[in-house]
Amino acid sequence: MTMNEEQTTTSVALEDLVGEVGRLHDGGYRLVQIGCTDIGGSYEINYSFDKDYQFKNLRLTVGPEAEVPSISGIYWGAFVYENEMHDLFGIPVTGINIDFQGTFIKTAEKYPFSVTRRGGDRCRNA
Amino acid sequence: MPKRIVVPFGPQHPVLPEPIHLDLVLEDELVVDVVPSIGYIHRGLEQLVQKREFTEYVYVAERICGICSFMHALCYCQGIEHIMKVEVPDRAKYLRTIWSECSRLHSHLLWLGLFADGMGFENLFMRSWQLRESVLDVLEDTTGGRVIQGTCKVGGIRRDIGQEKLDEMHRALDPFEQQCRDLGDVFLNDETVKYRLQGLGVISKDEAYTLGAAGPTLRGSGVAVDLRETGYAAYGDLGFKPIVETAGDCYARCAVRVKEVYASIDLIRRAIDGIPEGPLDVKVKGAPDGEYFSRVEQPRGEVVHYLRGDGTKHLARARIRTPTLANIPALVKMLPGAQLADVPVVVLSIDPCISCTER
Repeated sequence: MTMNEEQTTTSVALEDLVGEVGRLHDGGYRLVQIGCTDIGGSYEINYSFDKDYQFKNLRLTVGPEAEVPSISGIYWGAFVYENEMHDLFGIPVTGINIDFQGTFIKTAEKYPFSVTRRGGDRCRNA
Repeated sequence: MPKRIVVPFGPQHPVLPEPIHLDLVLEDELVVDVVPSIGYIHRGLEQLVQKREFTEYVYVAERICGICSFMHALCYCQGIEHIMKVEVPDRAKYLRTIWSECSRLHSHLLWLGLFADGMGFENLFMRSWQLRESVLDVLEDTTGGRVIQGTCKVGGIRRDIGQEKLDEMHRALDPFEQQCRDLGDVFLNDETVKYRLQGLGVISKDEAYTLGAAGPTLRGSGVAVDLRETGYAAYGDLGFKPIVETAGDCYARCAVRVKEVYASIDLIRRAIDGIPEGPLDVKVKGAPDGEYFSRVEQPRGEVVHYLRGDGTKHLARARIRTPTLANIPALVKMLPGAQLADVPVVVLSIDPCISCTER
């Protein structure tokens, strides 16, 4: 094949997310990215890690109202991905170390680039 | 305790070709905290996968960035080829490698010029861009485009480089390398440059790793991570070792890029020597059904294209994580402790590409 790196994807429950991420951190993995996919009525969030080119992916599937705990207490730099996830998809992330409350990505349009789903959201773009 | 003030840096600033905004919290002239924000040129390119067929999206991927354009197309194509189990011909892999390294060369020379400009070293800036022009000329000769090459496609490449042209490129490499080494000598050994860069914007090895930094920002802190080691395209045949510096300051990040210029020239030389004859592409049938995290080492670091197909001509999702986005947390950590006058140099040291970051 064109690429020869190994990739694994493991599903993780919402309540186990922080613990699993902590185990990867302790195992020497670096955070590569956090990405969100709208799968029609719910969201799939991929937390990607790498160690010696071994690519591991934790997959969290949540409904539109679920609050996702931040992993920025473990990986400080996660705030960019978590704020992006909030600003572009409206996923509420709790406990981000630097919470921009919807102003990290400064888009003029509310839709589809910002939070429109939750009337009570603290997001200033909403 | 000195009074704290907030100074906005950007989105328009002489050292920033693209808009990013930093709120700098200062005590007198000392930076004590930084709050970044982006979004001024967010284009929603990821969402275009729902409107363009997967073969057409290569053109969109290539336009994510005007500097590492070829490598965005390569990363996207490799992801689709993995999902569809397409084996690209060896000649296409070698030509992809040659164009990738030409892209890295012109990107690093562009950055070296901008960095010299940021330091106030104007003739070094002009010399860097003069050398960059010769790389752009090669790209134009071999692909037809200086910035957007348009030669990568799912299943291979669109355009060959004839043996005569390859020989001409090979002959030009020795004098070009000597010119680059003369230029690099100033960046690496000039006392003024050292005085300006050493000890500035330091980030430790552990910090760079756990912050998820990428590319020269990561390798400048002593972490030997370079996706070319995974052997995509022809890198597996050519062999490659990451360029690493350990100081973690602006000088180290600059030194990594200077030495990567030499390494790119060496890779192009060996790729031309070893390029096999053969077809340029294979026919791709059907549509992608599956997912893959495609990764490629761009000049600024690791780029990730997450691609998911559902068996139709339109992908269900493309998510692109660019190296500059990954380097923003590192930037936020390296700025506190710097003087206000040094902020432009520290910001430039991560080689920010906001067009990529915004997508």
